[in-house]
Amino acid sequence: MYSALWRVLPGPRWLKILVLVVLVIAVLAVCVEWLFPWIAENFIQQESTVQQ
Amino acid sequence: MSDLFITVGVLVLFFYVWYVWLGDILAGAQQDAAGVSLSETWEETTEQVVEYDRDSGSSEGAMQSRKPPVVASPREGAAFATMMVPRFGTNYVRTIAESVDLKKVLNDPSTGIGHYSSTTPLGAVGNFALAGHRTTFGAPFGQIDKLRVGDRIYVETQKGWYVYRFRNIEFVWPTQSDVLSDVPRETIVAKDRILTMTSCHPKTSTAERVIAYSVFESFVPRKSGAPAEVAEMRAES
Repeated sequence: MYSALWRVLPGPRWLKILVLVVLVIAVLAVCVEWLFPWIAENFIQQESTVQQ
Repeated sequence: MSDLFITVGVLVLFFYVWYVWLGDILAGAQQDAAGVSLSETWEETTEQVVEYDRDSGSSEGAMQSRKPPVVASPREGAAFATMMVPRFGTNYVRTIAESVDLKKVLNDPSTGIGHYSSTTPLGAVGNFALAGHRTTFGAPFGQIDKLRVGDRIYVETQKGWYVYRFRNIEFVWPTQSDVLSDVPRETIVAKDRILTMTSCHPKTSTAERVIAYSVFESFVPRKSGAPAEVAEMRAES
């Protein structure tokens, strides 16, 4: 998977690394901003109230 | 294929780091900012007053300790107050909204603390009960176990500051709803104004609930100035 990605990326070695770093940051940002809160809200039971 | 599994594994680890640590820092900062911006919509005061102290019975405080205004039930989901707890840190300013609905209030990055609509309104005699997460979604009550007897808790509204003093903590089953009674765990007629905070216990579990009780001490009207400790917190943050 990653070797294919490396071949697809254009430009010299330093540009490929730069693009990959940007991609990693983007993936982590999507996780923190949308994916993780969605998992926490829908799949992990969180109750801080007493039954009324 | 193997690198895909490694990637998923790394992301699961990252999720755990986010769940127990990073997420609360990010969402907590968001909730603090929301609390500060709600406070900023209220009139700014540069005056300072020393809080009423029941131990010394300071005369300045006697003027403040008259009956506080009652906040009649706001509509569901509406943010109507902020809470400042010096023990939780000088930056701690969280918004209190009506209802303990998870989606509308408790999981919302712009609120965080919810008022049980079935309990007494803020300022009235009885039990003003609140719920907040212990972990995740900004964890507004994440440090609830750090409270010490006598710690001040400030609830700020447009009219001024309700000053409470932390009294005790207890651990109950999720079904023990009598912690929300006008006099917690009793059926007698209330004379005091109680602030009850409920959260989950142990941390990250939903097996039990941690309940923290505080007692109303005085009300500081906005026109007389901010309580000294609040002014100090604002200067530091």
